[in-house]
Amino acid sequence: MRAVVSLVVVLLLLWLAVWTVVARDAFLAVVGFIAYGLLLSLVWVRLYGIDVALIEAAIGGGLTGALLLGAVGRLRGTEAAARSERPGAGTRAFAMVLSLGVTVVLVLCVLALPEPAPTLAPQAAQELPATGVGNPITGVLLAFRALDTLLEAIVLVIALIGVWSLAPDRFWGGRPGLRHDADPDGVLAYFARVLPPIGIVVGIYLLWAGADHPGGKFQSATILAAMWMLVQMTGLADTPAVASRWLRAGVVVGPLVFVAVGLLGLWTAGDFLGYPPDWAKPMIVVIEVALLPTLVLVLALLMNGAPARNVKR
Amino acid sequence: MSFVLDLFSIVAVSAGAVFYLAGTVGLLRFPDAYTRLHALTKADTLGMALVVIGLMPQVDSVLAGLKLVLVWLLVMLSSAAVSQLIARSARRRDART
Repeated sequence: MRAVVSLVVVLLLLWLAVWTVVARDAFLAVVGFIAYGLLLSLVWVRLYGIDVALIEAAIGGGLTGALLLGAVGRLRGTEAAARSERPGAGTRAFAMVLSLGVTVVLVLCVLALPEPAPTLAPQAAQELPATGVGNPITGVLLAFRALDTLLEAIVLVIALIGVWSLAPDRFWGGRPGLRHDADPDGVLAYFARVLPPIGIVVGIYLLWAGADHPGGKFQSATILAAMWMLVQMTGLADTPAVASRWLRAGVVVGPLVFVAVGLLGLWTAGDFLGYPPDWAKPMIVVIEVALLPTLVLVLALLMNGAPARNVKR
Repeated sequence: MSFVLDLFSIVAVSAGAVFYLAGTVGLLRFPDAYTRLHALTKADTLGMALVVIGLMPQVDSVLAGLKLVLVWLLVMLSSAAVSQLIARSARRRDART
């Protein structure tokens, strides 16, 4: 019975992936992609990867989907023109050969994997008690592979700088996007008043629970960022100006604290990002809490896009 | 006793699944945005309610049960709000043409 359900989900996933690729309309392709992300998170649940499932649903389906929908809105004007241009036969043949080649290489790689696959899971599980956290994912992300997580956070900040740098000179330092003015007594405004209190509690709970259960800063940050976006969409709060000091401080606080903890480890534990034996858990909590504002701000500001208006109206 | 509770769960969750199925058929078959929304939101609300009620006897703690109810309330809130918004934008679009 379980095998049948798995098979159905896998077939559905493959069909949806093909459908998304062949969809001619950008909007339909994005809708397919969002559904694909949600279905994929279901697959992760079936593989007992609850952390990954949460991330996939929140970032893969939700946040990326919303970003792509925004992109579709911007491309609408040029979509018809782009579709009328048909690439030549040579280009199409080349694209087909290239994609088939990539597929063949991927298939060969997967088939060449040793059976059983090499794993570090037993070592990681054995050393987990030393970190003081109960969720192995958090242990791996913030103790064993902390450098990866640090670089990830820095990459996010760089991505935000990249988006900001697309601003025209005259709007630099201004506010991104249009000012939304939904009906302040309307359904959306009501929704934006009722949901954030619940969302903020759930977000902070996910951060706190992440030490011992599935959850963590990324899942938490996505929910908190979504709550902020909701309030911005109704016009209850304006998008922040990118020149604002607190905003920039919030964006860099996470990586800075992370680097500071890393340097502290150089002194106390003899290695960059090493934690002194009894202080591993508090250090991990400090990093998680410090990364939260950075992630919330970066995710929401990536959604907002480049500055498009001046602060003075 | 546990047999009766299991039976209750099976019946309630199955009934919920029927509502989801009906909602999906409605979504695919109905002619315009309003009737499709009608099918979808009714199905979501009732289907989800039946699934949650069916799962109630299966939870280990009161807290887990409360979380299920909270999930149900949140889904109702968002589906009600979103369907209102979609219906409004559809009406605005129809008025323009």
